[in-house]
Amino acid sequence: MLEITNLHAGADGVEILKGINLTVNAGEVHAIMGPNGSGKSTLAQVLAGREDYQVTEGTVRYEGKDLLEMEPEERALAGLFMAFQYPVEIPGVTNAYFLRVAYNAQRKSRGLEEVDPIDFMDLLDEKLKTVDWTAEILERQVNAGMSGGEKKRNEILQMAVLEPKLAVLDETDSGLDIDALKIVAQGVNNMRRPDNALIVVTHYQRLLNYIVPDYVHVLVDGRIVKSGGKELALELEAKGYEWVQEAGAVS
Amino acid sequence: MTLTSYLKDFEASAANGGGRPEWLMPIKRGAIDRFEALGFPDRKNEDWKFTSVAPIARSAFSRMAAGDTVPTEADLEPYLIGPPEWPRVVFVNGRFVEALSTVSGLPGGVTLGTLADAMAEEPEFVARHLSHTASVEGNSFTALNTAFITDGVVLHVEPNTVVEHPIHVLYLTDARVGEGATYPRTLVVLEHHARASLIESYAALHDGVYFTNAVTEVSLEAGSRLDHYKIQQESEQAYHVGTLEARQERDSHFHSLSFALGGALSRTNIYTVLDGEGGYVTLNGLYVVHGEQHVDHQTSIIHAQPSCTSHEVYKGILDDQAHGVFNGKVYVHPIAQKTDGKQTNQNLLMSPRAKIDTKPQLEIYADDVRCTHGATVGQLDDQAVFYCRSRGLSPAEAKTLLTYAFAADVLEQIPSRPVAQYLERLVMERFLGSREG
Repeated sequence: MLEITNLHAGADGVEILKGINLTVNAGEVHAIMGPNGSGKSTLAQVLAGREDYQVTEGTVRYEGKDLLEMEPEERALAGLFMAFQYPVEIPGVTNAYFLRVAYNAQRKSRGLEEVDPIDFMDLLDEKLKTVDWTAEILERQVNAGMSGGEKKRNEILQMAVLEPKLAVLDETDSGLDIDALKIVAQGVNNMRRPDNALIVVTHYQRLLNYIVPDYVHVLVDGRIVKSGGKELALELEAKGYEWVQEAGAVS
Repeated sequence: MTLTSYLKDFEASAANGGGRPEWLMPIKRGAIDRFEALGFPDRKNEDWKFTSVAPIARSAFSRMAAGDTVPTEADLEPYLIGPPEWPRVVFVNGRFVEALSTVSGLPGGVTLGTLADAMAEEPEFVARHLSHTASVEGNSFTALNTAFITDGVVLHVEPNTVVEHPIHVLYLTDARVGEGATYPRTLVVLEHHARASLIESYAALHDGVYFTNAVTEVSLEAGSRLDHYKIQQESEQAYHVGTLEARQERDSHFHSLSFALGGALSRTNIYTVLDGEGGYVTLNGLYVVHGEQHVDHQTSIIHAQPSCTSHEVYKGILDDQAHGVFNGKVYVHPIAQKTDGKQTNQNLLMSPRAKIDTKPQLEIYADDVRCTHGATVGQLDDQAVFYCRSRGLSPAEAKTLLTYAFAADVLEQIPSRPVAQYLERLVMERFLGSREG
C-alpha cells in the first residue's frame, strides 16, 4: 500500500529525515516511535503533503502512484488521512457542515452524487457511536472552543466519516487522559479492516496498549534505527530511548 | 472642486416643478446654500481622510433621466428577497414604479408609500420629520440630497403596531440612459412600541457610471424596534454615498446591518443617537470587495443618556487591489453612566495588494461605563487551508469555506432568515466568481 524508499526531507534548508525506508501493507498497523525532534511528525506531515517541508531525495509510492507528486487534496481523495497533532480551529463552520463538505468532496471525486444534509445525518448517527459521542458535537464549531481531548476525538470522528485506506495518527495520544485515550483507541480499532492500514506516530508506548501494532519502528535523528514487533515498544518503555540511540550509533 | 454643475442642476430643478411642495422650498434652498458653503469634502477633512470623492465632483452628475424601458418582474428577480407577501416599493432612476410595487395587505396603523404622496397628503407629518434627524450642517452629501428631495419612501407605524413582514425598498438604476445622479430619501417613523423591519436595496438594472446619493432618517420612539438592512450592490462602475441617521428614544431597539458589495466607490454612514435611557443598538456590517473597488464605512453611536447598550461588529473581505475604510466612533456623554459599548472591526485581506484603513474611536466622558473596541487585519490562515485540503477540499473550496466562516458570525446574527440566506448567496457567488476570474 505504502512504500517509502530512502526519503530525505527537511525545512528551511535543514535536513530532518535522512533516509527513511518503510513498507506498509494492507491490514497492518505500524507504530513509529522516537524521542522529541527525531522527525516523527515531519514524516507524518510529508505524507500528508504539507508544503512547509521539502523532499530532497527518495520516493514514496502509495498504491502504485507517486505520492509526492500529488496535491494534499488528491492524497486525501485517494484515501490517505492524517489525524493532526494540533487540529486546526475553524470558527464559523460547524462540525456537521465541515464533515459533509469533506464527505461530498470524496463522493464528487468518485463521480457519485452529493448527499444532502438529512441523509448525511443518518450516516453521522452511525459514525458518532464509533467515538462514543452524541449529535450535540455536530453543532459545535470545528475544533474551536474544544478541549485538547475533544479535538483529538474530533479527528477520529472525521476519520470514521472519511473511511481512509491509510490513516496516519500524528501523536493522537498526546494531551489525552486515560478515558479519552481509550475512547480514541476504541474508535480507531473499530475501523480496522483487512483492506486498510494504520501508521501510529507516538512518543509513548501507552497508546499501543490499546491500538496494538504489528510492527514498531524507532526513529532517531531522521532514520529508522530499529524495527521489531509489538514487544519492542515495551522494551523501549522499560529501557528508554537512550538504549536505541546507543544501539543506533553502533549499527 | 467645481460645484457649479450641481448648483445649476438645482436651479433647473427648482424652476421645473422640483420646488414642490411650496413649504419644502426654504429647506431645499437652505440645503443647497449649505452644500455650496461646504463644498465636496477633501481629504484634509478628517472624516474623509482615506476616501477621495474627486471623481464624483469631477463627473458633475445631473439628475438621472427616466429609464427608456419599463422594467419587468424578471428584471427584479436577482434582487428580490423573501416570499411574495413581503411588501415591496420599487424605484427606478428615482421614479416610483407602481406596477412592480406591492404595498397592500399592511395592518391598520401602518402607512407605507412614496414620499411624494406623503408630502402632498400629509404635509404636516412629513414637515415634522423630514430633515430633522439627518443634519445638513456638516455633511455635504446630506445637504445635496436634501436640496434635491423629490421622492422616496415613507414608513410610519403607529403606537403598539407590529408590521409582520419585512418591507423591501428597491432603489434601482438603469444606467442605459446615460450618466446621472439619483437622490433617494427614506423616512421611517416608529411610534412608541411599534415594530418593523425595512430592507433598502441599492442595485443596477444595467451597469454603468452613475451616482446614488441616499439619505434615510429614522425616528424611534419609546420602546419601538426597527431591524434595518442596507444592501448595497450597485454597479461596479457606480458611485454611492448613503447616510442613515437615527434618533432613539428610551428603551428603543435599532438593529442595523450594512452590506456592501458593489460600487467603484462607496461610502456608507450609519449614525445613531441613544437619546433615552435603556436604548439598545446593534450596528453590524459586512463589506466584500474586489478589483479596484473602494468601500468606506463611517459609523457613529452617541450615548447621550444613561444605561444604553451598543454592539458593533464590522467585517471586511478585500481581494485584488480593493481598498476598505472603516471609521467607527462611539461617544459617551458625561451623563451616560452604565453605558455598555462593544465595537470591533475585522478585516481579511485576500491579496497582498488589498488595503484597509481602520480607525475605531472611543470617546468616553462618563466614569461608570463598560466599553471595549478593537480592530484586526489578517489573511487566510495557511494552516487552516492545509487542514481543509488534507480533508479533500480543493484550494478554491478551502478558501471559500474559510472566507465564509470569517463572515459567518455577522450573517448568523441576522434575525431574518431569508435576508441571511440572500446575503450568504451573494458572498458565496462573489467569492467563487473572484476565484475563477
